Amino acid sequence: MSQRTSLRFLRRGKVVEIERLDPMLTVLDYLRLEEKSPGTKEGCNEGDCGACTVAVGTLRDGGVVYEPVNACILLMAQLDGKELVAVDDLGDSDRLHPVQQALVDSHGSQCGFCTPGFVMSLFTLYHAGVRPTRQQIVDQIAGNLCRCTGYRPIVDAAVSSCTGRAIDAWAKGARRAAEQLAALADGSDLFIGNGQGFTAVPAQAETLASLAAAHPDATIVAGATDVGLWITKQLRTLPKIIHVGGVKALHAIDNGKDILSLGAAVTYAEAEPYLAAIDPDVGEVVRRIGSKQVRASGTVGGNVANGSPIGDMPPMLIALAATLHLRHGEATRTLPLENYFLAYGKQDRKAGELVWQIDVPRLKPNERFRSYKISKRFDQDISAVMAAFKFTLAGRRVQSARAAFGGMAATPKRATRAEVALAGVSLDDAASWGRAILALAEDFQPIDDMRASAAYRAEVAQALLRKALIELAGASQTRVVGARGKAA
Amino acid sequence: MAVTHRKTIATDTVGLALAHDSAALHVSGRAVYIDDMREPDGLVHVVPGYARDAARGKIKSVDLDAVRKYPGVVAVLTCKDIPGLNDSSPTIGGDPILADGAIEFHGQVIFAVVAITRDAARRAARLAKIEIAVEKPAVTVDDAVAMKVKDILPPYEFKRHDVTAALKASVHRIGESFLIGGQEQFYLEGQIAMAYPEEGGAMTVFSSTQHPTEVQHIVAKMLGLADAQVTCECRRMGGGFGGKESQATQWGCLAALAAHVTGHPAKCRLDRDDDMMMTGKRHDFRATYEAGFDKTGRVTAVDVEFWGRCGYSADLSGAICDRTMFHADNAYFYPATSIRTRRLKTHTVSNTAFRGFGGPQGMVFAERMMDAIAIKLAVDPLDIRKRNLYAAGRDITPYGMKVEDNIALDLIEQLEKTSDYRARREQVAKFNGKTTVLRKGLALTPVKFGISFTLTHLNQAGALVHVYTDGSVHLNHGGTEMGQGLYTKVAQVVAEEFGLSPDRVRITATTTAKVPNTSPTAASSGADMNGMAARAAAGTIRGRLTDFAAKTWKVAKSRIRFEKGQVIVGNQSIGFGELARKAHQARISLSSTGYYATPKVAWDRAKAKGRPFYYFAYGAACAEVTIDTLTGEMRIDRVDILHDVGRSLNPAIDIGQIEGGFVQGMGWLTTEELVYDAKGRLATHAPSTYKIPCASDVPADFRVNLYDSKGNRENTIYRSKAVGEPPLMLGIAVWSAIFNAIAGLNPGKVPPLDAPATAEAILRAVKAMRR
Repeated sequence: MSQRTSLRFLRRGKVVEIERLDPMLTVLDYLRLEEKSPGTKEGCNEGDCGACTVAVGTLRDGGVVYEPVNACILLMAQLDGKELVAVDDLGDSDRLHPVQQALVDSHGSQCGFCTPGFVMSLFTLYHAGVRPTRQQIVDQIAGNLCRCTGYRPIVDAAVSSCTGRAIDAWAKGARRAAEQLAALADGSDLFIGNGQGFTAVPAQAETLASLAAAHPDATIVAGATDVGLWITKQLRTLPKIIHVGGVKALHAIDNGKDILSLGAAVTYAEAEPYLAAIDPDVGEVVRRIGSKQVRASGTVGGNVANGSPIGDMPPMLIALAATLHLRHGEATRTLPLENYFLAYGKQDRKAGELVWQIDVPRLKPNERFRSYKISKRFDQDISAVMAAFKFTLAGRRVQSARAAFGGMAATPKRATRAEVALAGVSLDDAASWGRAILALAEDFQPIDDMRASAAYRAEVAQALLRKALIELAGASQTRVVGARGKAA
Repeated sequence: MAVTHRKTIATDTVGLALAHDSAALHVSGRAVYIDDMREPDGLVHVVPGYARDAARGKIKSVDLDAVRKYPGVVAVLTCKDIPGLNDSSPTIGGDPILADGAIEFHGQVIFAVVAITRDAARRAARLAKIEIAVEKPAVTVDDAVAMKVKDILPPYEFKRHDVTAALKASVHRIGESFLIGGQEQFYLEGQIAMAYPEEGGAMTVFSSTQHPTEVQHIVAKMLGLADAQVTCECRRMGGGFGGKESQATQWGCLAALAAHVTGHPAKCRLDRDDDMMMTGKRHDFRATYEAGFDKTGRVTAVDVEFWGRCGYSADLSGAICDRTMFHADNAYFYPATSIRTRRLKTHTVSNTAFRGFGGPQGMVFAERMMDAIAIKLAVDPLDIRKRNLYAAGRDITPYGMKVEDNIALDLIEQLEKTSDYRARREQVAKFNGKTTVLRKGLALTPVKFGISFTLTHLNQAGALVHVYTDGSVHLNHGGTEMGQGLYTKVAQVVAEEFGLSPDRVRITATTTAKVPNTSPTAASSGADMNGMAARAAAGTIRGRLTDFAAKTWKVAKSRIRFEKGQVIVGNQSIGFGELARKAHQARISLSSTGYYATPKVAWDRAKAKGRPFYYFAYGAACAEVTIDTLTGEMRIDRVDILHDVGRSLNPAIDIGQIEGGFVQGMGWLTTEELVYDAKGRLATHAPSTYKIPCASDVPADFRVNLYDSKGNRENTIYRSKAVGEPPLMLGIAVWSAIFNAIAGLNPGKVPPLDAPATAEAILRAVKAMRR
């Protein structure tokens, strides 16, 4: 297949081609410093406030799907083959877009600095083709912080403007935009730069694997929701960027009868409904991972690959006994996910080796899953403790269990002692749970940090196992967040 | 859930729910903040540098060679580059712009890199090698007391009668000590300033500041210039909340210093992390009290001491701690009392103004005490609150001011009814009787907030109004726009005065060149004072036009009216622009200043007696929450608010202030937690770790209404009331409801709950109740 030496994306109806590119250039800096479009704001430069939200259009099933993304930690490489829409494009102050007009009418801006980000989040909701519920609206804007309004008028603006029917310029130009994006998706491998420094967005799996193997020092990027901060906060120099998102095969979702397989570049947004189908608790945690913006960029594969001890997905995947596929050049191998995390910052992945696919077994009829995320704020926060349990039941007894935690150790980790103690406990005899709950104190020696004290972590871990058992035993009204608490 | 806004004043423009003047610009991304201004040729960028690991100690050495050598670096500034005074303090000094010899908190600026790109400046700033002879920092107020660090300011006391004797004579007594956390302002637009060197050594500074005059004065002192040589301008801030009252100055100074040294325009924009480390926050406090009360729960004696974490310098801590004391009574009468504060020096960033300015912490104490009394007597906390409200014969505050405008009881009782408080109290009890894991709590708490600067001389404002010969109007005043809608309200006042539609009034950036010697936009006073000053300026011009029209058309002045863009002169109507043109031809001045000084306020701090406040603003909130007793997690189920804004100048803007203030207060007392490590470094210096409320934290059932007011008792602008700060303290209802939920676990025992009530703090209190 052919190699291409310019980055291409769609902007204001035209294809922009970039031939010289600093691999570390973010979309926010491109907009503000190069394009001189100052509408998009920098609030935090770490993807946590949403002031820099832009819409990125992706060709899916023949149509353009717009998703909100934090431009501050979005690398230009990630725009290849996409459409970029920024607030400056939507409407002038005397010819406003429907979501903009709704925000004016509902008094949805005060200081106005967060407003462009909200506009873009609502723009993507406007194009989502649904009349959203309040829950969908607050999920949509969970990644947009406003310090002035208290959000009520912004939610009102979403209610009044996002009707499920889009009639703006993007709706009218949808077919042409889809054609333009289709034309860009020509299967060519993007490579800008040279052996010392480059941006690469391979389209072919083989190119990706061989490039990564040839450049073991390169930074592999999927969603850049973590790597972006290496650049913007740690000011690291990353001369070689390989973005895996261009490879179609890595976006594959195989929704099998017994196993759900996710390619390494599948984003949380893409995976969400499939993961939720495994168990509503998985869906609930995924809903609370980052924000809409983070889930539109961030990938399940990336969350695994970076080996964070506080990633939300790994404990759930470990409890579900997921399998990881890795690839290095032509060589592939498979391992149970829990074996991948070796120590803090150390994973069983050699330089140049790529996370390729994750297989998640579905629950069997006698298996029950529970997961809980404890954080200071429900939405868009990093876990203090993440707990996931899979119980195999024999009637009202636990036959066996897998329990995995995040935030409790240097890696996502199974609670092996608690698992042993869980075997055989009766759901009807709460006194029989104590040994397993106390065993967590032997399984983990958590630390103090700004998210929680060690003491709280240790205590809440035990409380979460107790909660899971209480729920399995049949109690209702056990949670203040998430649907299962109400329904159970 | 959409809100309808009802106009309550018989005026044309004042009282309308007009959109924020910049709303269309905000939503279209066309509103220009300082970082969006077209960059001038030769602009250089300034990034501050600090010692990465140390909080306190002498500076042993500063090696900036690698910084200077970094490509793109133009200059590296240290305190030696400052030609004038190296101090950005708003009050008594002690805030070096660039550290000289020692540092006293982590993040204190030691040098500043000037480079041709911001990226180069940021990267270069990290290459400094700084050695500090590290000393142990006092991080918390308890550290400061234990380490016997000298208080940054002397203690202060309000007292009435012999509190010790009154406590002894009380039927019941209760005492506690608890912590009230601080709060990061988290304005979405971080601190920023851009300075242009002007001819003859003069300097113009564009600053995101609530106090342009202070930036002007301090930049002038730093450069050794006369005040008149420096101009400071601010069109808008992307949020301020007090954080840009005194602490925007340092960044204006660094930009101006870079411009002075290099001769280039210079911009200083802080990274979010730097901003959070280098600028002050709401003061945290330890409150320790003993209260006496009778068998009905009526307070007989209150002895309370607050320890305030001021940080390394005085900044505004004196006035802030004073206001904690002014509001330690909230809406309640304390027959015998001693209210004291200690202003403790800690080796942390200098804490500063934040919406409420110390008042919220005082009120948290008052409400905590009411809740504790209710627990001891097993009475509904609302009944205890009502019994203790100021009332006839019980209406003198601990600082000797008579409460003349008390509407607290009426307002509370209205909310009690509309929120269905009593029935919901029963439902909550029923719920708690059924569940094992979850528990509900309910609380209704009032707010009474004093309006005026307690530093009396700040209660003045100026405005400048021009009418052009086409009848369009240029409006300028000393107040700044940080999102609160001040510019819109003042424009409405001026439009009303001229009988014009508001779009004929051009709102212009606040600048020290047009209105001098201004007070900060703070203390909720913006619309009260600048509205009056602008009205005076417009009134002067209108008076001249009226005189001119009366003379020209020989009509009595009483028969001249300004309305709907026309001037009605007797039986004829003339366009406002036409009249302006004619007046100009007749050599009548169409420009005027306006001035206002708040009447009645007089405060003798030495005697701790007087009338520090022109009036009080009132409100109340009722909150229902559910807590998870296994994990400490908490969800707010419903909030009802009734708030008094007098006669609203703009009900949409007022509702916005009330809702936004409530949510900010709720965040302060729940999820927003400032964590320092053992070295005194702030660990929560970005939104990834410091959690302000997001949309889903606001209850879906959120009912906000304006109190049906007959108007401010005092002669304020159109009898409106200030609304900037008071609603923040409505958030205390949430904290009180959490307290209520926990209290039910062990009737009679007071939960040891600290603020903020994070999941961890709630679980800690839950456990203590079960012990």
